[in-house]
Amino acid sequence: MGKLRNGLALLVALGAGGSWVLSAPAAPLPDSALAGLTPDVTHGATVFAIAGCASCHAAPDAAYSLTPVLSGGEKFVSDFGTFIAPNISPDPIQGIGGWSDAQIISAAQHGVTPDGSHLYPAFPYASYNKASLQDMVDLVAFWRSLPASDSPSQPHQVGFPFSIRRAVGMWKLLFDPSDFVVQGDLTPDQTRGRYLVEALGHCAECHTPRNVLGGLSRDAWLAGAPNPSGDGRIPNITPGGLTWTEAQIAEYLKSGFTPEFDTAGGAMAEVVKNTGQLSDADRAAIAAYLKIVPAIVSPATP
Amino acid sequence: MNRMTKILSVSLVAIAGFAAAQTAMEPMAAHEARIAFMKQMGAQMAILGPMAQGGVPYDAVAAQAAADKLVELSATDIGNMWPAGSDSVTLAGSRALPAIWTDSAGVMTKWTAMGAGATAMQAAAGVDLVSLQTAMGGLGGACGSCHESYRKPE
Repeated sequence: MGKLRNGLALLVALGAGGSWVLSAPAAPLPDSALAGLTPDVTHGATVFAIAGCASCHAAPDAAYSLTPVLSGGEKFVSDFGTFIAPNISPDPIQGIGGWSDAQIISAAQHGVTPDGSHLYPAFPYASYNKASLQDMVDLVAFWRSLPASDSPSQPHQVGFPFSIRRAVGMWKLLFDPSDFVVQGDLTPDQTRGRYLVEALGHCAECHTPRNVLGGLSRDAWLAGAPNPSGDGRIPNITPGGLTWTEAQIAEYLKSGFTPEFDTAGGAMAEVVKNTGQLSDADRAAIAAYLKIVPAIVSPATP
Repeated sequence: MNRMTKILSVSLVAIAGFAAAQTAMEPMAAHEARIAFMKQMGAQMAILGPMAQGGVPYDAVAAQAAADKLVELSATDIGNMWPAGSDSVTLAGSRALPAIWTDSAGVMTKWTAMGAGATAMQAAAGVDLVSLQTAMGGLGGACGSCHESYRKPE
């Protein structure tokens, strides 16, 4: 009996030790990873727009701006607690202006801070991890040109056990894959659209349902989900739910008008301001990609 | 005398109820009236929008008529269409967020901007296509601004 108890204790210890190893944050990107990449600030502004950085990190009452103050403060209520977007302006004290390019890219793509702790996946690094390093370098160069804010970040309101950041390491093992969901022979347009939707645009973060642990259900990709910021549902945008033509989708992403000349509403109104900054070719690419997403007929089970 | 008091008070309650019905609509009726009203505005946008996007040829007369109608609609008093109990939390099918009732100043600002957008379109629609397209941006922004803050997703 004593042996059995000891054995169990050993197993538990091994299990805990194993998950301690598995949940360790990945080493931040070395500076050398960015060697040879020349930043393009103008293109960085476009990456910034489609990545939607300001939609979460600008102050909640701030008007839309192409050079926003990323002082944070927007609240995101979830089943795991309330996350509050931090100040990510280039302020060296209250923002992240003191971080190196590689440190910022490590945070954006791998959810790891310079001090080696995990960021919560309310920050969509599980989408951004598919972005090219060139785009990230461009993005950071543009971001460094934005105004600084000295308002302090507010702590997240997250209770036990989700307050254990180390546990996010296990989440990453399960739900942070770096491969694209839609596979197969894609045209250059569809490939570009896949990149914009699945990586930078992180559309799935709202349009795809989540499992009980908050991971995206890749088998119901873009099939609609409960509204993360309140009542109602975010619509199904697979061909099973969205029947607009490619031209109609592209127009919506440009002007916000639906084919019936209703307008985008809710959080999507802000998204459309961002997609309005893209080229016509990029909006057409997004539309081309949405047509090859596996069709799921609404309503999808969340 | 006691009986008389009862009859009187019943009558008074009935009258009060009738008066209330005159000033504020029933939630479901208001919800339906709002949808009908929005559809009327949408119908004008569906005339102007395809012209702005190049889907149909520019028609100065039709564009002007749609813009005139939009101005008329934006000047309509729709205050009685928002009774308590017709928000998205209380009334099934309603997409009107409770914020409409807690932020009436914000609602009025955006509704006034809608009126300004319609007036600008009225001045532009009959001039030429470029003027119409320019005014369309402001008008769409006014519609979207309200939908962004006060309309529930699907």
